[in-house]
Amino acid sequence: MKNIDIKSNMQTSKFNWLQYASPKIFYPLAGKLIPWCLAGAAILIAYGLYLGLFVAPTDFQQGEGYRIIFVHVPAAWFSMFLYLLMALYAGLGIVLNARLSYMMATAIAPTGAMFTLVALVTGSLWGKPMWGAWWVWDARLTSELILLFLYIGYFSLQAAIDDKSRADKASAVLALVGAINVPIIYFSVKWWNTLHQGASVSLMNAPAMAAVMLKGMLVMAIGFWLYSIAVILIRVRCEILERDSKAAMFRQD
Amino acid sequence: MQWHSMSEFLAMGGYAFYVWGSFGVTFGCMLIEMLLLNSRRQRITQAVKQEAF
Repeated sequence: MKNIDIKSNMQTSKFNWLQYASPKIFYPLAGKLIPWCLAGAAILIAYGLYLGLFVAPTDFQQGEGYRIIFVHVPAAWFSMFLYLLMALYAGLGIVLNARLSYMMATAIAPTGAMFTLVALVTGSLWGKPMWGAWWVWDARLTSELILLFLYIGYFSLQAAIDDKSRADKASAVLALVGAINVPIIYFSVKWWNTLHQGASVSLMNAPAMAAVMLKGMLVMAIGFWLYSIAVILIRVRCEILERDSKAAMFRQD
Repeated sequence: MQWHSMSEFLAMGGYAFYVWGSFGVTFGCMLIEMLLLNSRRQRITQAVKQEAF
């Protein structure tokens, strides 16, 4: 136990490159990537909107209502993918004892939570006209709601613990344990008899139709991915400044 | 192109509220995230500048 205590005291040392120099090198690199990601996101999202709203044909069953798919599915994918990425960085933080990994996990959480909320709200807006209900306690919807609570739990735990390094570790454990929920969400439509439809891509009838719908969805998803990278890098830069500069002292009062 | 007129496009085959609501919520949330993040970034860079001088 003594050794661990000494090691955690070393974290504040400026001479350990993993703790200090790494964010210092990472900061300008991230800064260079941000404008490219934002530009790419804008172009791909605009193209995805064009494909989804103008090119993709009317669905034979759901009419124009199905067009919600072009925002709902990419948002749902990133709500899950960003959670796994957050858990991965949290796990790396624990294994390597690297502050930058914890900062990345912290920076990913709000964007993941935002996409979870978007997936739930757009799902609700899709459920009302198609199922006749804003919400049903079906396995897919319930597990996605639990994902939102996991993200909220992650923020709350970080906010509740004053000591940053303890907050990082405790919330990292929560992120890792909660990761079990992601495969549950993904496979819920197979494992249980849900009202929510299964793999949406295979539901389309004619192959030509599926192709343009799939393309629109994928373009939008890559756009969301670039958007996520951009906002996460902006946020991790804020995090680095807040934690590593003396500016933290200004913010504490 | 799937549409014959602007009003047909806006009506979304009767699903206007749900379709435009979904797109609005999605891009609205992304916009709010970027605005909040921008104000956070400005606050911090200002604090760092104050510290430097």
